[in-house]
Amino acid sequence: MAAEKIVQADGLLGWVDRRFPLISLYKAHLSEYYAPKNFNFFYFFGSLAMLVLVLQIVTGIFLVMHYKPDASLNAAGIPVAFASVEYIMREVPFGWLIRYMHSTGASAFFAVIFLHMFRGLIYGSYREPRELIWIFGCLIFLCLMAEAFMGYLLPWGQMSYWGAQVIVNLFAAVPFIGPDLAIWIRGDFVVGDATLNRFFAFHVIALPLVLLGLVAAHIIALHEVGSNNPDGVEIKAKKDSNGIPLDGIPFHPYYTVHDIVGFAGFAILFFAVVFFAPEFGGYFLEFNNFIPADPLVTPAHIAPVWYFTPYYSMLRATTDVFMWVMVASAGLGALAFLRMSGSGLIKVAGIGAMVVLAVLFRVFDAKFWGVVVMGGAVLIMFVLPWLDKSPVKSIRQRPGWQKWLYGIFVVNFFVLGYLGVLPPTPGGTLISQIGTVYYFAFFALMPIWTRMGEYQPVPERVQFQPH
Amino acid sequence: MSSSPPNSSGPLLGLSSAVTKGESFDMQPASEPNRRNWMIACGAVGAGAAAAVAVPFLGSMAPSEKARSAGAPVEVDISDIPVGGVKIVEWRGKPVWVVRRTPEMVKGLEALNSQLADPTSDRTDYPVPAYAKNIHRSIKPEVLVTVGICTHLGCSPVSKFETGEASGISADWPGGFFCPCHGSTFDSAGRVFANKPAPDNLEVPRHMYLSDSRIVIGQDEQGEA
Repeated sequence: MAAEKIVQADGLLGWVDRRFPLISLYKAHLSEYYAPKNFNFFYFFGSLAMLVLVLQIVTGIFLVMHYKPDASLNAAGIPVAFASVEYIMREVPFGWLIRYMHSTGASAFFAVIFLHMFRGLIYGSYREPRELIWIFGCLIFLCLMAEAFMGYLLPWGQMSYWGAQVIVNLFAAVPFIGPDLAIWIRGDFVVGDATLNRFFAFHVIALPLVLLGLVAAHIIALHEVGSNNPDGVEIKAKKDSNGIPLDGIPFHPYYTVHDIVGFAGFAILFFAVVFFAPEFGGYFLEFNNFIPADPLVTPAHIAPVWYFTPYYSMLRATTDVFMWVMVASAGLGALAFLRMSGSGLIKVAGIGAMVVLAVLFRVFDAKFWGVVVMGGAVLIMFVLPWLDKSPVKSIRQRPGWQKWLYGIFVVNFFVLGYLGVLPPTPGGTLISQIGTVYYFAFFALMPIWTRMGEYQPVPERVQFQPH
Repeated sequence: MSSSPPNSSGPLLGLSSAVTKGESFDMQPASEPNRRNWMIACGAVGAGAAAAVAVPFLGSMAPSEKARSAGAPVEVDISDIPVGGVKIVEWRGKPVWVVRRTPEMVKGLEALNSQLADPTSDRTDYPVPAYAKNIHRSIKPEVLVTVGICTHLGCSPVSKFETGEASGISADWPGGFFCPCHGSTFDSAGRVFANKPAPDNLEVPRHMYLSDSRIVIGQDEQGEA
């Protein structure tokens, strides 16, 4: 920092600026922060994610004014938590609107985030020097899933209760420590009032604080290196005589105003759902959750909320038979280490690890490995920057057949999601297994398939049509 | 829109032709005032939208239907109140005192006028219903109905009907109510003594007699309070 700050502003602004770096922050992050001028539709979703975060926090605050996290039964025999949600819906002025905004917002958050991650995937926004932005983003995704899961318990309906029961039992599947771990998480031997109250604390304050911190880190990391763009061109490589990227435009006013248009479009869709279809056919507010939680009866058809279903499919696909596929994968992994050039020590350790894994795949229950597969599906995204060995960042310069691979990946994800909503069938299980293999192969084999094929040269300047 | 980045190159940034060719960002040709007007119009609509969005959130903090229904009138049986005794009932979350005064308490009210802040209940912060705008501040002289909340900062005063030294207040204490929080005193018609923190006499809620032994608080001939 400079020893003497020469401040140009007068008056109140100058007084503040001599004590707080207001003007320099404004310049660094808004009026003199240069973003590529060729952002397309997929670049709306970052700012939309921030909008939905603010929306969830504000609606959440007003919901907490009336919600009571208490699993005990009131005089009418209804759990107090469930009754408080009905109170919000029926008696609090505009309570129904705030509740629907919050529930729709949760689904909207995931829709926006999936599209935001997809943008990163196809344009290579995770490539050097943006690996840390991507890692923060993956952490945000994990926290968001936890936040959504904990929030879903709060209405204390049948789906809330039994969904929590199942997920906490995932932890019970961990070998040796599992059952004790599950008791510690629940605070009791079954999901109950203790669980509800601690999930309330996590959902309302602990995870939101972590999320806010991670989002700040995510944006700071982004501003440090500047944004990628659909052509994968590094705009900082070509600057004019004043040091401004030739293909860059100041974030404010161009993208601030541009993003307002995004907000408006989002608002149209969002409020159409809130006012006309808040339950969205049972996908946003599930029908079973309008029944108060009953620890003695599980609903006939239990499924997680739609945004967890692709991962849920992978969990269900991991059957005893599927474990042989896992063993074969460990075998392939050992082969990869064998063919790897480099230090003998790493090769030996790697092959050893693969052999141990292959054995454990048959020793521990498929139930446990299902949890591992489900978690692995999220965790594998963390290492994407190091799996992608292609010479280009963006899908635009990749060979045609690789574009097909991405297309199949998308379809596969949707298929896994759709199958996760349905009850399990033998045919469905087989397709889920194939889909799970494709999902992991897409990532795990990336170091191989991204080194193949004819790539186009990365253009010197971005492709942009003035309009 | 008024701050332009220093030294930005107009033509290379792909802007529309009207604002290129060396013009900086904040110079508008006189023939194109449209952008500023649009910005102002959109800003105004946005401000209106923001106000509209605030309505449901701030509105949700208003009393709910349940809270409103909990404010319904309350019926009280007064036949079992001993002479010189008090019955406390809850109305809208507040204590309401029903006092069956002795004839001496009623007779002594006139003499206290000079010591009181508002002897004839003329102040308007807690308007007295017409049927209680009299010396005994009630419909029937022997029965006082008043809200037991001190008009200073909201504590509930204690009843001190014994006169003189026995009450523990002063030798010339005529009987009435004493608020322990900041020392305000009220007579047996709920009228506040002068030079005390409380500015107003105790509130008289709208009430009426359903029979000689039953009153309803929070409702009178004109309807619900």
